Amino acid sequence: MGKIEHASAAPLDTPFVMGGETFRSRLLVGTGKYRDFTQTRDAIEASGAQIVTVAIRRTNIGQEPGQPNLLDVLDPHRFTILPNTAGCYTAVEAVRTLRLARELLDGHDLVKLEVLGSKETLFPNMPETLKAAEELVKDGFRVMVYCSDDPVQARMLEDIGCVAIMPLASLIGSGMGILNPWNLNIIINEAQVPVIVDAGVGTASDAAIAMELGCDGVLMNTAIAAAGDPVRMAVAMRQGVEAGRNAFLAGRMPRRGYRADPSSPMAGLMS
Amino acid sequence: MSAASGRAQAGSVTSTIWLNGAARSIPASCLLVELVDALGFAGKRIAVEVNGQIVPKSHYGQVRLDADDRVEVVVAVGGG
Repeated sequence: MGKIEHASAAPLDTPFVMGGETFRSRLLVGTGKYRDFTQTRDAIEASGAQIVTVAIRRTNIGQEPGQPNLLDVLDPHRFTILPNTAGCYTAVEAVRTLRLARELLDGHDLVKLEVLGSKETLFPNMPETLKAAEELVKDGFRVMVYCSDDPVQARMLEDIGCVAIMPLASLIGSGMGILNPWNLNIIINEAQVPVIVDAGVGTASDAAIAMELGCDGVLMNTAIAAAGDPVRMAVAMRQGVEAGRNAFLAGRMPRRGYRADPSSPMAGLMS
Repeated sequence: MSAASGRAQAGSVTSTIWLNGAARSIPASCLLVELVDALGFAGKRIAVEVNGQIVPKSHYGQVRLDADDRVEVVVAVGGG
């Protein structure tokens, strides 16, 4: 124990409001690739995330009755379950998937739209994404949308009525980090709705960088699930997001190039 | 699929439907709720589509399955 035993009060943040709901955590996490449901639950608890993504798939016919279901582990009354359209390559498939998800979740309408365009890179198919977004918004969904980091198409998605714009930072599951902070910056500066980096984060500093840029949140799955110790990485990601958010709110010092500036006074030096 | 109020068709004892893409034999004029029960999904978090149309949970007892109906039963699984 150090000499100072209590930290000062946590600095205040502005509320994270999305789709008419207020959230405490700016870290959104996926539920894929974990060893088992126990690890899924432990990592998600450690992350402090409130919004948790799930995929919608055909059920195993003939599975053991009583075999646990993901939503037995993640109570939809405690977490905001965010169904995704991972694996959909057309607007039609994505809309169908999310209508099923809405039925599955008793009318819950906050969803993550992703329409993929390449099996190799999982880059989004933006024309199909725009088409699906339009149909879903018309049908009453609150759409958070995975998209390319193209500011013009991000604006189009916002104009359609999406509640969050979620550009990739690098390829899904690649862990390559924030590859084009400049494009993200343009999107963040122009958007009137939350901007959430979705995909590409590899470690806690990546999450911090995204938040320092001014993102409203970060969504990740593999960076936690594929870490050596997923539960510890979930903690690191929570702290990375909080650190980056506080740094953004605080406002960083200007970069001074090669001009050094001593922190200690020059006056009073012993000669 | 047909409304449960209609009279059940006489004749064959079973019919074949397509359940999650695989052929499955069910009693002729089986109600959707009976299939859901038989699969052990009663009360579970599932969503069901018959011939491309979502059937709300509250309607499972009102839908009679016909031969060649395409039934999809989906759940939430881990994903990012």
